[in-house]
Amino acid sequence: MMTITLFVITSLIFVQAALSATLSDIKDKVDVTAYFVQGTDETAIMNVSQALQKLPEVKSVNYTSAESALSQFKEKHANDYLTLQALDLLNQNPLGASLSIKARDPSQYESIANFFNNNSALSKDASNIIDKVDYNQNKVVIDRLTSIINGARRLGLIFSGVLILISIMITFSTMRLIIYMSREEIAVMRLVGAGQKYIGGPFMVTGTMVGIVSSILTILIFLPVSIWLGNQMTDFIGINLFTYYKANFFQLFILLLGSGVILGSISSAFAIIRYLRK
Amino acid sequence: MIYFNNVTKKYRDNTSLADVTLSIIAGEFVSIVGHSGAGKTTLTKLILAEESPTDGTVYFESTNIHKLSNTQLTKFRRKIGVVFQDFRLLTNKTAHENIAFAMEAIGKNDEDIARDVPHVLQLVDLSNRASHFPHQLSGGEKQRLAIARAIITSPELIIADEPTGNLDPINTNEIINILKKINDLGTTVILTTHNRSVIDQIRKRVITLENGKIIRDDKEGKYVL
Repeated sequence: MMTITLFVITSLIFVQAALSATLSDIKDKVDVTAYFVQGTDETAIMNVSQALQKLPEVKSVNYTSAESALSQFKEKHANDYLTLQALDLLNQNPLGASLSIKARDPSQYESIANFFNNNSALSKDASNIIDKVDYNQNKVVIDRLTSIINGARRLGLIFSGVLILISIMITFSTMRLIIYMSREEIAVMRLVGAGQKYIGGPFMVTGTMVGIVSSILTILIFLPVSIWLGNQMTDFIGINLFTYYKANFFQLFILLLGSGVILGSISSAFAIIRYLRK
Repeated sequence: MIYFNNVTKKYRDNTSLADVTLSIIAGEFVSIVGHSGAGKTTLTKLILAEESPTDGTVYFESTNIHKLSNTQLTKFRRKIGVVFQDFRLLTNKTAHENIAFAMEAIGKNDEDIARDVPHVLQLVDLSNRASHFPHQLSGGEKQRLAIARAIITSPELIIADEPTGNLDPINTNEIINILKKINDLGTTVILTTHNRSVIDQIRKRVITLENGKIIRDDKEGKYVL
């Protein structure tokens, strides 16, 4: 029964790892881009970039020059003859330079966008050199993503809490059953004047041993499980769980061992208390 | 040694003991007699602090035993040896282990156990049954083993709750003789029974209970009911 509890805890760690990998993958695809008016001096753009990098919510700022933007555009439309021809007719680069900004957290994009609206944060004429910031276009997506991430986290926490609580209750009931079967022995112990440590000690040790054995069993069960998941599900969940298992083996084992020992001894302690009362 | 001061014990609407006042002096052999349900077992449970009185107080020496903490209660119980009608032996332990277990429980070391257990087994004439499990012993042997377990810790008081209830007359005699011997060595004995011949044979103090009340308390009593 304890193995099931620890299995649930490990599964939650794996789910959390997969969820984090997926979310960071999604987060990585979201950014805010500030487009500069054509012909803006590169030094002015660099000043804005440096000011942005000083913001605590900014993770990275990528500069794309007007020339790079043009070559990227041409590369993207290499098979679109009409577009390329229209571009040639212009005789000049219609694209401006841009700064692509990634936030540390999706909820911080709004404050980054506000940074551009707040003139005092930029150099005196910086607001004139910014053509547009695409935050408003991305706002709905970013907001939805933020709420999905927060919701997933909250749901994960509630789900974990409920499962752990159920698991503790199951372990507690199991320990109570073991102790119930020894109730006559406990009654005799009390009558001959055995101390609480003498009566409760063996059950606490049993609970702890069950915890240790269960944690070893669980970590062994997860070896083939993570190999299978690593082979079959890596593309779907975006993380190789076997690699994750190997990389975090020691931490996982310590966590399981700790959880097993704590669960076992606490459950035993609660279960034995009623038999130790007067 | 033991003093019941206006003790009443009720189980919901059923009064098991009603306003009982009695005292037992150290070294006495006291038989408590009465029909089933008269309150004999309740009285012993109150002395062991397995139950608390609804009203009144029970003193052991000068201590109100129902005010003791768990730790104090554990130490208090080491002063009392208990023998039950149903023996309450540990079925998965041999005769030797059953006694050794009682010594371990109160923190005696292996040396003490190795020295005292064979001696007490000899006292109750079970030396040749030391490695037998309870199911391999007769009723009389089981009860003698229970007595051995009760006296191994040298208690000040032995409570024998219907110890002969499941025994034939020969084994009953043996058990009573052992209890008398223990009393002769200075240990206070409280015996509950409804066996007339046992009481008439002992010829010591007899307290008679009826419907939770003491109706007789005779110094050298007989079974009168």
